[in-house]
Amino acid sequence: MQLDPTAAPLSGISVDLGGIKRVFPGPVIAIDSIDLQIVPGEFVAILGPSGCGKSTLLRIIAGLDKPDSGSIQAGSDGTAHRHIGYVFQDAYLLPWRNALNNVGLPLELIGVPRAERLAAAAKAIERVGLADASRRYPAELSGGMRMRVSLARALVTNPSLLLLDEPFAALDEITRQELDEHLHQLWYDRRMTVIFVTHSIIEATFLAQRAVVLTRRPARVILDYKLDLPEQRIAALRTDAHFAQQMGVLFEGLKRGEGKQG
Amino acid sequence: MSARNFIRNVLPPIVPAVVVTAATELAVRQGWVPSFLVPAPSSVVASLFHDWPELWGATFNTANASLVGFAMSAVIGSLIAIALSSAAWVQRAFYPYAVFFQTVPIIAIAPLLVIWFGWDRTVVASAFIVSIFPVIANTLTGLLSTDPALRDLFRLYDAKRLATLLKLRLPFALPHVMTGLRIAAGLAVIGAIVGEFITGSGIGGSIMVSRQQNRVDKVFAGLLLASLLGIVLFTLINLISRLALRHWHASEAET
Repeated sequence: MQLDPTAAPLSGISVDLGGIKRVFPGPVIAIDSIDLQIVPGEFVAILGPSGCGKSTLLRIIAGLDKPDSGSIQAGSDGTAHRHIGYVFQDAYLLPWRNALNNVGLPLELIGVPRAERLAAAAKAIERVGLADASRRYPAELSGGMRMRVSLARALVTNPSLLLLDEPFAALDEITRQELDEHLHQLWYDRRMTVIFVTHSIIEATFLAQRAVVLTRRPARVILDYKLDLPEQRIAALRTDAHFAQQMGVLFEGLKRGEGKQG
Repeated sequence: MSARNFIRNVLPPIVPAVVVTAATELAVRQGWVPSFLVPAPSSVVASLFHDWPELWGATFNTANASLVGFAMSAVIGSLIAIALSSAAWVQRAFYPYAVFFQTVPIIAIAPLLVIWFGWDRTVVASAFIVSIFPVIANTLTGLLSTDPALRDLFRLYDAKRLATLLKLRLPFALPHVMTGLRIAAGLAVIGAIVGEFITGSGIGGSIMVSRQQNRVDKVFAGLLLASLLGIVLFTLINLISRLALRHWHASEAET
């Protein structure tokens, strides 16, 4: 297993979802037969209204939840638990560990020796621009910095599949855009497969190569759209007229998804 | 310590103590309150000096038994809480007995302790029994309140049960554990003194004997030492708690 986050880019893995259905007690159908094929190295945004089952879908892909029916295949061998990085809605750092030891946690859990672990953690934290803060505790970091640490923690194992669940939703707009740009650059350099759950159209348009729009409960795919934008995204793109037009396409999809309610 | 800090934090609790002590002294000296009911504070202080060798020995014994009983509660109580938190059925099966155990009046079973453990160990056993429940209850609450997202994070990397316990659930429970220990520390002293009422040793024994001799001043001297002991233990736990949690928990954040 390759542990150096600055190492040559790893290619991502494919994700194959077939007829995923998830029913919660109630019964509430959270997800109703979702099919999705994601190719290695793709950056996919999953867009949908709040509470539509996006997070549940992400948890199913991560193996943290099981569908009631349907199949999931991540990577050619279908295993790859350890090749997954996951970023939650909040930073969820261990408050009793400093930033460096938080980032090193995944390596610790999968049994990487200490010296190797600390070196990899230091590099991962440097990549998110927080080298100076690596000895600080979460309580001493700003919200944006905590989220960066969380991102570094997800990247420290050099995952071939990165899952993000509305990771920057709690941050202010400027910090959020900064982190979006940072995430884009990380993907652009390393080409892991990324699945990014969000309810923000601007964020989805800016980041993703492909956007999948879900309906409100039960979640179904109402739009699967390959964004017509250059592969590399720069901050100035957000004010581009064509960017706005692409956002419009996703907005139409979301509206249609809401219309299906009831 | 600045003068301002002294006036704000130290002075307020001292004022009532001084006023009450002075009023009691006055009341006893004037004969408003008979001295065989309430001793003059000055006679309590006199007793502290006069009976010091005996009281010191008693205090040392009580402190020793309280500490041993408390340490046993801390260790065994935490282990029981870990066992209870391991599975829902374990908790359902055994937790009611922990609650039941707590409601048994210690004074009623103290004589039994003498039969079971002998005179020497009764005091420690009593301190232990009285102080274990808050450790179990608080540690269990802490162990069961681990953030679900953090549990998911550990699952994502296939963390072993032991690693999850040591690196996540126990540290996460620490603030609760500290609350339990703080309560247990005071209770351990109370438990020890109740045990000593039966065995006749320590501060408890000294209070019993002094009462029989109508030495109310010495009874109060014993009470004073027992409270001091509880306060010392409590402060010690607070100090440990502060050191352990200073980086991260809001309750101990440096202001």
